[in-house]
Amino acid sequence: MTSLGTRTTPFHSRTAPLVRGHAWRRWAGYVVPAAYDLIHDLEYAAIRGTAALIDVTPLFKYRIRGAGAAALLDRVVTRDVRRAKTGQVLYTPWCDPDGKVLDDGTVTRLGEDDFRLTSAHPNLRWLHQNAVGIDADIDDESEAVAALSLQGPAAREILGSVADRDVSKLRFFRATQARLEGIPVTLTRTGYTGDLGYEIWVGNDRAEALWDLLVAAGNPHGLLPTGLLAMDVARIEAGLLLIDVDYISARLALIETQKSSPFELNLGWTVAKEKRPFVGQRALEAERNGGSSWAFRGLVVDWDSLEALYAEVGLPPQLPSAAWRTSTPIFDGGRQVGYATSGCWSPLLKKYLALAHLGSVHAAPGTEVEIEVTIEHRRKRALATVTETPFFDPERKRA
Amino acid sequence: MTVQIPRTWDAIVIGGGHNGLVCAAYLARAGRKVLVLERRPLVGGAAVTEEVFPGFRFTVFSYVVSLLRPEIIRDLDLPAHGLNVVPLESTFNPLPDGDYLATWADPEETRRELYRHSPRDADAYVEFGRLMQRMAMAVKPILGISPPDPGSWRPKDLLAMGRLGKHFRDLGEKELHALVKLMTMSSADYLSEWFESEALKAAKSASGIIGTFLGPRSPGTAYVLLHHYMGEIDGVFRAWGFARGGTGAVSESIASAARSFGAEVRTDAAVERVLVEGDRAVGVVLGDGKELRAKTVVSGLDPRRTFLELVEPASLPEELVSAVERFRFRGSSGKVNLALSELPNFTALPGMGPHLKGAIAIAPSVDYLERAYDDAKRGEFSRRPFLDMVIPSMLDPTMAPPGKHVMSIFVQYAPYHRNGGWDDASREAFGDAVVDTLAEYAPNIRSAILHRQVITPADIEAVTGLSEGNIFGGELALSQLFFLRPSPAWSDHRTPLRGYYQCGSGTHPGGGIMGASGRLAANAVIADGTA
Repeated sequence: MTSLGTRTTPFHSRTAPLVRGHAWRRWAGYVVPAAYDLIHDLEYAAIRGTAALIDVTPLFKYRIRGAGAAALLDRVVTRDVRRAKTGQVLYTPWCDPDGKVLDDGTVTRLGEDDFRLTSAHPNLRWLHQNAVGIDADIDDESEAVAALSLQGPAAREILGSVADRDVSKLRFFRATQARLEGIPVTLTRTGYTGDLGYEIWVGNDRAEALWDLLVAAGNPHGLLPTGLLAMDVARIEAGLLLIDVDYISARLALIETQKSSPFELNLGWTVAKEKRPFVGQRALEAERNGGSSWAFRGLVVDWDSLEALYAEVGLPPQLPSAAWRTSTPIFDGGRQVGYATSGCWSPLLKKYLALAHLGSVHAAPGTEVEIEVTIEHRRKRALATVTETPFFDPERKRA
Repeated sequence: MTVQIPRTWDAIVIGGGHNGLVCAAYLARAGRKVLVLERRPLVGGAAVTEEVFPGFRFTVFSYVVSLLRPEIIRDLDLPAHGLNVVPLESTFNPLPDGDYLATWADPEETRRELYRHSPRDADAYVEFGRLMQRMAMAVKPILGISPPDPGSWRPKDLLAMGRLGKHFRDLGEKELHALVKLMTMSSADYLSEWFESEALKAAKSASGIIGTFLGPRSPGTAYVLLHHYMGEIDGVFRAWGFARGGTGAVSESIASAARSFGAEVRTDAAVERVLVEGDRAVGVVLGDGKELRAKTVVSGLDPRRTFLELVEPASLPEELVSAVERFRFRGSSGKVNLALSELPNFTALPGMGPHLKGAIAIAPSVDYLERAYDDAKRGEFSRRPFLDMVIPSMLDPTMAPPGKHVMSIFVQYAPYHRNGGWDDASREAFGDAVVDTLAEYAPNIRSAILHRQVITPADIEAVTGLSEGNIFGGELALSQLFFLRPSPAWSDHRTPLRGYYQCGSGTHPGGGIMGASGRLAANAVIADGTA
C-alpha cells in the first residue's frame, strides 16, 4: 500500500462502481462515498424507511487486551468501564487533565480482558501515555478491521436472515460475535443515525464477501448503499456530535475558548460519578458542582418566521438538501449568545434543525432565540426554539 | 380512568376522509369537542391502504401524496404521528417504438435525456419549468384563502377582491399573459408553444387531464398542468412522493393527530342525515336511527351529498340546489391494483433500475391520449388507456411479501356513465384492456400477476361514497374552481344552514390529498364561533 494519495477501504471494489456522481468524501485519510446517487434523498430515505449500508471503515480502532485493559480504559474515558459487562458497548468521550474533550467513541467489552475502542481521531499515543504501569497490550487495528454500518427499520430482519444466531436478542449498545453465512464478525447494536441499526466489524480479508452478502440479503428489504451526506442528516436528527464540526478536540485547539467539556457538549450523563480516578476527573467534578458556562442544544427554526423573511424578497424558503457545517451566530435580543455548528432540513420531520452552542442562561428548552440566515445575499435573523436532542428518537432504536 | 362523555359535541364531522380528519384535528386543536363519524371500518375515504390479498397491501384509490399543505403537516406535526413521505424522483414513459422518455432527480441528467429526443426541448424544458414555478408562486396564495364572492358587495368580499386584484396587477406582464393562456388553452396547444417532441408533450399533457372528463385538446386543461407545479414551489417539502404505508398512512397520521388533540374518531358509523331545527343544523341521525347532537356539523362529503342527500334540499335556496344539481362529477378514471411475483420488465429499459422507483406512465403521444378520450366520449372505457403507475413496494418493501411487489395503476378513461353501465363482465374487460396495454410495454406482466383488483368509477362511488366516482369530489375544471366551487356565495365552506359547514374536496381549493379544504372549513367554524 502506497503512502501517497488517498487510501481506499476494503469495500472499495464494491462501492466504487456504484458511486454514480464520483462524489467521495475524505475521512481520516480514506475516501468513502459521499453519495452513491446524484441526489442523496433516497439514501436518506433508506436510513429512515428501509435499510442503509454505510462504509465506516475509516474509524480508528484499537484493541486493548490484558489484565489491565479495563483499568487503562477506565483511566482514559469518562464512563465507568469496570462496570461494563462482557458484550456491552459504551459511548463515551475522553478528556485532557483539564476536563476538556479530546475525542469521543465507543468502548466494546469483547471479553473480561478484551476491549475495542473506536475513535474519530488517532489515539494510539494517548493510550500509551496513560498505560504507564498498566499491564495492557494496545493494538492498532485501524487498518486490519473493516466496518459496515447497517442502519434502518429493516436492519434487524436483514441481519437475522444471514446470522448464525438470533440477532433479535441483541439489545441496544450490546455486542456479540457471530458468523454471517460463515463470515466471522463482531456485531454491535450501534450506529450514527439514531435508528435501529448495527455496526459490523470484519477482518479486511472477508470485507468484500460481507458486502456482497448483506447487499444480497438486503435487496428484498429495500437496502441501499448509502453515503456520508445522507448519514450526516440522520446524525443531526439524532443529535449526535461530530468532532471537528460540532467541537474541536482539546488536543488541536489553539486557544482555550475552542475547547469544550463533556458538560458543555450535553454529555454530562457520560461523566461517571463515584468512579476511580480518570483523566480530567477533578476538573469535571468541579464543573459538575460549579456549573458550566456553555451548553449544547438543538434548535428548531420557526418556519413562519423563515417563510416571512423569504417572502420579503418574493421567494419561497430555499434550503440546501445537504447538512451544513458553517458556524452560524445565534442571537437573543440583538446580542450574540451562541453559535450553531451544524444544521439541516429534516426530510422526515419536515423541520429545519440545527445543533448549537449556547450560553447556559439561554439554553433552557423552550427559549426563543434568533439564528442568522442569509437570504439573497443579505443577513437576516429567523426565530428558533431551543429544544432537547435527539430531535428524532424512534422506539425501534432501543426496542 | 373515567372519561366524561359529553352529551353534546361542539362539532360533528361527517366522513373520515383526509379533509374531514384535518378539519376535526384543527377544531380539536382549538379546544373543541369533536367527533368524526366514518361509515367504513377504516378512516381515509379515498386515501386508504388495505390488505386486499394476504401479504399485499394496496393504496386502493389515491396512490401518491402530491399537495398536502406544508402548514398542515407543521400545525398537526404529522411526522410525529407517522407521516413519512419518500420522494418519487423520476418519471419513465415507455414508447411504442421501443424507446422511452424519462426525467430524473438530477436536472442535468434530465436535460441529457430530453436532448436525445429534441435538443431544443431540452433547453425549453428548463425555461418552461421556471415559468410554471413563477406562475405557481403567483397562484399559490389563492390556495390558502377562502375565495371571495365577486358578485357580492359585502365589505369582506370587496376587500378580498381588491387584494386579489392587486396581487394579479403586481405580476409582470409576461406572467399575466402566461396566466391567461393557462386559464384558456388546452394543455396540448399550450405545450405545443414550448415543445416539439411528441413524447414530451404527451407526458406533460397527461397531468392536465387526470381526474377530469376532458382530453388533452380540451380548452381549460392547461390550467391543471399548473396544479402539478404547486407542490414544487414548496421546495424542501418535496411534495411529490409516496407515503410509507401508502396513502392510508397519511390518513392514519392525521387521525392520530386529531386524537392527540382530543377528537374522537368513530368508524362503522354511517350518518343517515343531518338533524335540522329551523334554519340550524343541530346534529346528525345515524344509520341505526340514533341521534347525536352538536353545535356544528361539518360535511366532508361531496357537494351532491352535502346539499341534496344529508339535508332536505327544500330547506335550501333554490339557486344553490340547482347549482349543485348542475355541478359536474362524471368520474372518468379507474384503478387496477396488481400483486406481482416479479417486477415488470420494460422492453424499453430492461431489468431492475431506478426508473422502477418513480412514476411510470403509458402516455406515448397526444393523439393516443385524445383517442383514449374519444372512446370515453362515446361512453366506452378506453381500449388503449392512459396509465399512471407506481410500484409502492419499490419504495416501501413492507407493502408486499419479501421479493414480491404491488403495482398501482391509475387508469383513464373509464366513464362513470358507461353505455350499459358497469357490471362484473365490463369490469373484467376493463381490467383486461389495462393489462393488455401494459403488456405491450412490459410483456412479462401477464405471467407476473398473482392477483388483480379492478376498480371502476362505479366501485369508487360504492366504496368511498364519492358521487359518480369522481376522485376530486367534483370535477377539477375551471368552471368549478375558486369562487365557483361548489357554488358562488357558498364557496367559503359555509352553507345557508347555520351551524352546517362543508369541508370535502368539492370545496375550494379541493383535489388531491391537499387537506386545505378541511383546514379552511375549520377556520370558518372557529371564526364564526358556532362551535
